Amino acid sequence: MKGNEAIAEAAIRGGCKFFFGYPITPQNEIPEYMSRRLPEVGGVYLQAESEVAAINMVYGAAAAGARVMTSSSSPGISLKQEGLSYIAACELPCVVVNMMRGGPGLGGIQPSQSDYFQATKGGGHGDYRLIVFGPASVQEAADITAEAFSIADYYRNPVMILGDGALGQMMEPVEFRPVEERELSPKTWAVTGSRGRRPNIITSLELEPALLEKLNLRLAAKYEKIGRELVRFDTYRLEDAHWAIVAYGMMARVARAAVDKARARGIKAGLFRPISLFPFPSTPLAKVAEQVRGFLAVEMSMGQMVEDVKLAVLGRRPVHFYGRAGGIVPTAQEILQALEGLVRDRNKASREGGDAGAEGFRTTGSSN
Amino acid sequence: MVRKVFGRPEALTETPTHYCPGCTHGIVHRIVAEVIDELGVRERTVGVVPVGCAVFAYYYFNCDMIEASHGRAPAVATGIKRALPDSVVFSYQGDGDLASIGTAEIVHAAARGENISVIFINNAIYGMTGGQMAPTTLPGQKTTTSPAGRDTSRAGYPIRVCEMLSTLDGASYIARVSCTSPANVARAKRAVREAFEVQLAGGGFSLVEFLSSCPTNWGMTPIEALRWIDKEMSAYYPLGEYKVPKVPEEASQGG
Ligand SMILES: Cc1ncc(C[n+]2csc(CCOP(=O)(O)OP(=O)(O)O)c2C)c(N)n1
Ligand code: SF4
Repeated sequence: MKGNEAIAEAAIRGGCKFFFGYPITPQNEIPEYMSRRLPEVGGVYLQAESEVAAINMVYGAAAAGARVMTSSSSPGISLKQEGLSYIAACELPCVVVNMMRGGPGLGGIQPSQSDYFQATKGGGHGDYRLIVFGPASVQEAADITAEAFSIADYYRNPVMILGDGALGQMMEPVEFRPVEERELSPKTWAVTGSRGRRPNIITSLELEPALLEKLNLRLAAKYEKIGRELVRFDTYRLEDAHWAIVAYGMMARVARAAVDKARARGIKAGLFRPISLFPFPSTPLAKVAEQVRGFLAVEMSMGQMVEDVKLAVLGRRPVHFYGRAGGIVPTAQEILQALEGLVRDRNKASREGGDAGAEGFRTTGSSN
Repeated sequence: MVRKVFGRPEALTETPTHYCPGCTHGIVHRIVAEVIDELGVRERTVGVVPVGCAVFAYYYFNCDMIEASHGRAPAVATGIKRALPDSVVFSYQGDGDLASIGTAEIVHAAARGENISVIFINNAIYGMTGGQMAPTTLPGQKTTTSPAGRDTSRAGYPIRVCEMLSTLDGASYIARVSCTSPANVARAKRAVREAFEVQLAGGGFSLVEFLSSCPTNWGMTPIEALRWIDKEMSAYYPLGEYKVPKVPEEASQGG
């Protein structure tokens, strides 16, 4: 199944009943699939007049207690930031897919990871966070999307699936597994008509500074809880690694191949792959710093996640970066070369410093 | 025996409103609340409030309420109505909100025939932010951002929302009213009732535009403000029903 279609089907299996969207490449298969499938399950697909309207329709449906989703790609996600800030402030659950393409501006339509800052650091105005996942395969994208609705309901927070054009367009086998639902309390806060109860009010306006700060503190405590409970990551050949490549999403798949190539050349490399991007797996990554000589963050951007890697490592080990932008995906060979450069520099420094820690790598390829 | 002949509508809370003296926002609230009561739909109603002077309307209406971002109330109302088709959804919006930042949202909600009712407060100015020019500001009208009077050669022309929206097939009931006299208030209430009834019948999009006063930012007394609505505003924005629901063929043939 195509990545975009798998995400759409998984959303329906996760309980999504409402979809509001606006076309943009490379995610059009999601609204197209939803327009076909949602009516079959008694749901509603509606094409909005803009991304701004779409996210505000999501806000309305989420406020009414529905399981609701929207999807877009970079420039469209920028337009959704207004609504996302309001939805996060009102603590409403929803799921948003961003199949990133190159930017800034209108950019291109090829895969990119240059919306990492926007996704994980807020994007819209104010002190808020989205829960962000960066799946690396069609199967993982389907699994996470299906679960995302329960996560969103549980934390009353928007969840973003941060993919890229390549993930959306690639075909892979996918198995739809039953969704594990969290234990959820009824949505007593929803605006559903006040029959038999006092009216509910959903608002993010708070002119009293002390009360607004209280909201900010409550949100901060929630994000901290999310940080304790929702950190997800994966590792590959990291057990005895001297060098850790850090990459997420589709980039991590190329990085994995680079790890094998490096191992074949005698460089003990391993991969650390964040799956949750907010919360970022800082603590497990800091642990890796105790073991490796250095990090190489690889991204389809000019360097965004690398800042979170640096924060996690806190200067204990050098953190390097290699990235390509504009829709160009770094190859495993490029990553290998970047890694070899790091090893060479370190060896040189060790020799000059009379340090015996230098390591060799074979110049002819062979298995390790 | 004591018989109560006049009281607060159930659809209004007891919270005193914050509107300036002479502002007709308050009268419009009361009209909407009375209609909700009379139709017996309070417990099915969800109101969507704007960014503007009516931003706190959720404190005043005694039903489920949600605050939308500036201009987006029709999209938020769409999300609610689609999720809860049996609910009665109204949005309450100023002219900056509806005719400027939210033009796309109102045009498309109308074009979709979204089954919601919109209460549109046209006071020809941005009230909440201190009297700047609105898309509805009359030619020559002085505001803080048109201090020499709106110059149409530079600022363009006011938007007549009812006329514009009534060209759309999806719009079902469109009317312009005012609250400048008891007779006008009675007419306004009939229009709001019609708008809600259209929604209850599943008839699609309805909108009632109120020519409303802003004595504070117009720099007038409340009485002068009402006179200005009758004389100047009503001339540019004629009152009346711009679109009424099509009567089904059978009924119109007189049976
Ligand atoms: C995105 C955004 N832009 C601007 C504002 C500031 N703002 C608040 S109220 C308002 C205008 C309100 O005017 P109108 O809709 O005519 O309502 P009134 O206050 O006159 O009732 C503006 C521009 C805002 N809150 N959000
Ligand atoms: S500023 Fe104008 S519109 Fe706002 S409450 Fe005062 S009189 Fe009414």
